[in-house]
Amino acid sequence: MTASTDVPEKDANGPMLAADGTPLKKSLSRALRVQKMRALALVAPLLIFVLVTFIAPIGDMLFRSVENQIVSDTMPTTTAALADWDGTGLPPDQVFEDAYYDLFVAAERKEHTRLGSRLNYEQTGASSLFRKSGRGLDDIGEVYQDQFEDLDKNWDEAQPWAEMMGSEDWLAKEAAWEKGSRLPKFALRDGVEELLPRTAAQYAIFAGYTHNEERKSLLKEEPWSAVHTALYQDLSTQDVSGYSGPHAEMLKAAAALVASPDFETVSFKDGFGEIDKDWLEPEIWQTLKLYAPKYTSGYFLNSVDMKLTPEGAEARPENERIYIMLFKRTLFMSLVITCSCILLGYPVAYILSNLPARKANLLMILVLLPFWTSLLVRTSAWKIMLQQQGVINDVLVWIGLVADDGRLTMINNQFGTIVAMTHILLPFMILPMYSVMSTIPHSYVRASKSLGATDWTTFWRVYFPQSVPGIGAGSILVFILAIGYYITPEIVGGTTGTFISNRIAYHISTSLNWGLAAALGSILLAVVLILYWAYDRIVGIDNVKLG
Amino acid sequence: MKRTKTLLATTALTVAAGAVSAQDMANDMTLVSWGGAYQTSQTKAYADPYKEMHPEVNISWDESSAEAVAKLRAMNEAGNITWDLVDVVAADAIRLCDEGLAMEYDPEELLAEGDDGSSAEDDFGDMIVSDCFIPQIVYSTTFGYRTDMVPEGADAPSDICSIFDLETYPGKRSLEKRPINNMEWALYCDGVAKDEIYDVLATPEGQDQALAKLDTIKDSVVWWSAGSDTPQLLADGEVFMGSTYNGRLFSVIEEQDQPVAMMWDMQVFDLDGWIIPEGLDDDALARVKDFVKFATDTQRLADQAAYISYGPARESSAPLVGKHADLGIDMAPHMPTDPANAANTLLYNYEFWADYRDDIDAKFQAWLAQ
Repeated sequence: MTASTDVPEKDANGPMLAADGTPLKKSLSRALRVQKMRALALVAPLLIFVLVTFIAPIGDMLFRSVENQIVSDTMPTTTAALADWDGTGLPPDQVFEDAYYDLFVAAERKEHTRLGSRLNYEQTGASSLFRKSGRGLDDIGEVYQDQFEDLDKNWDEAQPWAEMMGSEDWLAKEAAWEKGSRLPKFALRDGVEELLPRTAAQYAIFAGYTHNEERKSLLKEEPWSAVHTALYQDLSTQDVSGYSGPHAEMLKAAAALVASPDFETVSFKDGFGEIDKDWLEPEIWQTLKLYAPKYTSGYFLNSVDMKLTPEGAEARPENERIYIMLFKRTLFMSLVITCSCILLGYPVAYILSNLPARKANLLMILVLLPFWTSLLVRTSAWKIMLQQQGVINDVLVWIGLVADDGRLTMINNQFGTIVAMTHILLPFMILPMYSVMSTIPHSYVRASKSLGATDWTTFWRVYFPQSVPGIGAGSILVFILAIGYYITPEIVGGTTGTFISNRIAYHISTSLNWGLAAALGSILLAVVLILYWAYDRIVGIDNVKLG
Repeated sequence: MKRTKTLLATTALTVAAGAVSAQDMANDMTLVSWGGAYQTSQTKAYADPYKEMHPEVNISWDESSAEAVAKLRAMNEAGNITWDLVDVVAADAIRLCDEGLAMEYDPEELLAEGDDGSSAEDDFGDMIVSDCFIPQIVYSTTFGYRTDMVPEGADAPSDICSIFDLETYPGKRSLEKRPINNMEWALYCDGVAKDEIYDVLATPEGQDQALAKLDTIKDSVVWWSAGSDTPQLLADGEVFMGSTYNGRLFSVIEEQDQPVAMMWDMQVFDLDGWIIPEGLDDDALARVKDFVKFATDTQRLADQAAYISYGPARESSAPLVGKHADLGIDMAPHMPTDPANAANTLLYNYEFWADYRDDIDAKFQAWLAQ
């Protein structure tokens, strides 16, 4: 720290003081803080913009690679019950009961098919199993609903149910409710929870759904058949003879009906078996148990050709492995494309930087012109150039190098992808190289030659080392762009020239398996970051210059 | 005097009518379709006449049907649906319905009765493959071949299995880069009876069998992913035969006059139609419902066939199909549903592919990459 003339001399005992008497250290740090805040305020708009529009969405997307709440959110009690199941044979009857109530509500909310689509990624057939079950579950409840209704049609009316289940206070408010205003929060009648626990629980779920999602009065909507099923279960286990609340006679009559031998019942397990026999196979329950946790490693395992099984991670069968191979291919081809860009771009950049400005500008336009043309147009043009009846093959046949029936296959394979992508990415290599080369002083080359070096020595020992930062910058640009390319490989890649990004695009837009797409994307991002780190260790990122 | 009165009354009525529609219906509507000749046919057959009746309505088009499922899901998550009516293939409609992204509707309420007096539900019949799907057209995926590349001494191909017959018909074929349709054709040509195809395909052995059959022609196949690929490959003589949508082949043959002919054998029928996104506000929904009722009536569906060779999804529209609007040729023989073309067909099995698509696609892609 250099003391200026304003700073008073250091007190023999105390700290150094600033002009206003505060300690210098404090004063300085305050000044620095203000400066920092000002700098931060200046970058804040950009920082916030990048955070909100770039980092947050990417983070959200990548987070989907482990997120798996849909299973436990849609079937909360079932997944909790399955946790205690050992995974062998069929789960206990209690699980079927839980699954009935969970799925019933999910079907009313139309969420069961979403869960089916989610589980179909793990077990083929889950999609239609859940779709079917949404319709079929009604059949179980209707057995009870119909019998109660035949006994007393009030069992299929909204009002008696509401009076029996709801508290007096709530009933008064619900009756006073008018369309457009807020519906009063449902409250259970005192004692009904002890008397009819399942029915009360199911009615409360029904009440929540009717109020919050349908926005209808409970005095108008008769409960769904799951409530009747719950009532049957309660009446077969609970004693209601002491009940004296509203509709006591009706309830006691129903209890008598349930106790009579004529009363028809369906076990939940049989009901599920009736919907689809797949419910009586352990496989679907194992899948549900396996994917019950809120976070799963399943997507990441899938993206490295493995799968989650009850015994842990396991390699997929040979004929389903594809992603590791695609990752390798993507890296290999990106490397080849980067190398061919260096080979083709270096001479061009060299000539550009050594020509007089006017000629260099003209050549520069030639480099940039394809850059300004639509990517699709350029890719499609390569198709016409390279195909078997295309320009290049026609010329080769015409000059007699190739027989008419032996035309070369240059498109819809790796070769086509490498050619088209090298062409498309070439400007990204030439531009940084050119801007670095044009800063290399000619005097160095002349000095080297005047000291007796040959042309080659001059280039290799003097010029080339100074142009390396340009190669580095261009290579990083081209390599990272190439790794994420998918339109060009999709159009000209055929089967051997496609990249991992084509699969990511497929899972985003066609199979809708966003979790798997996110896992593949995360791996790709990690690979790029590791390569970048390795590059920094080997070459040094300080050695990269864009100009 | 009397004239003025009538005029006044008419004006009053018009104003009243205008006021009612302004109150209840939104005037801006965004329709999503596939672009190209298909969207043009919709514009001419549905949108233009509708705008003539309702000049206050602005219809804008978005050519996003190919990515509609993913985009609708993203819109739904963002809580901002900007589309009013979306044209999708039936398989996507089923998925959107499953995901809760498309609105379920009541055909009797939403759709107009048939011209012949049949109820909407009967008129569309089995075409309503999902509670959310409003059918529009029947199209098919079928083959076209270069007539000038048929080998000397061989008959023009008329049997689906000629795509697997490299001896009689050498040359490249273009097939879609996905298992759907290809697996069915492969099994059929490997001797599996037509009504057992899906039972066989549901087993791992059946899937291997289909891939083994495809393996016999793998080296001669160019795989396509865009509907325009096969027409281009055929026009350039790059392939001898290839599969694509029948409307694309119609345009290659009749509009561009290329030496290409249709091979209708074992064409796979598929459906395309509208879905209404879930979560539209009341004004927008009222307008969309009004438009859909108009755009899917008997006459409108028949009109569309004058611009593109896809069959109307209504039974009552079939007799009204006339001539092509520009070429003046009879459209009926170019419809995939025409009895002469539909001698041997397959119907896309939506439920099967909803279940097995991910599984079989993984195997198919692994096989392709080998």
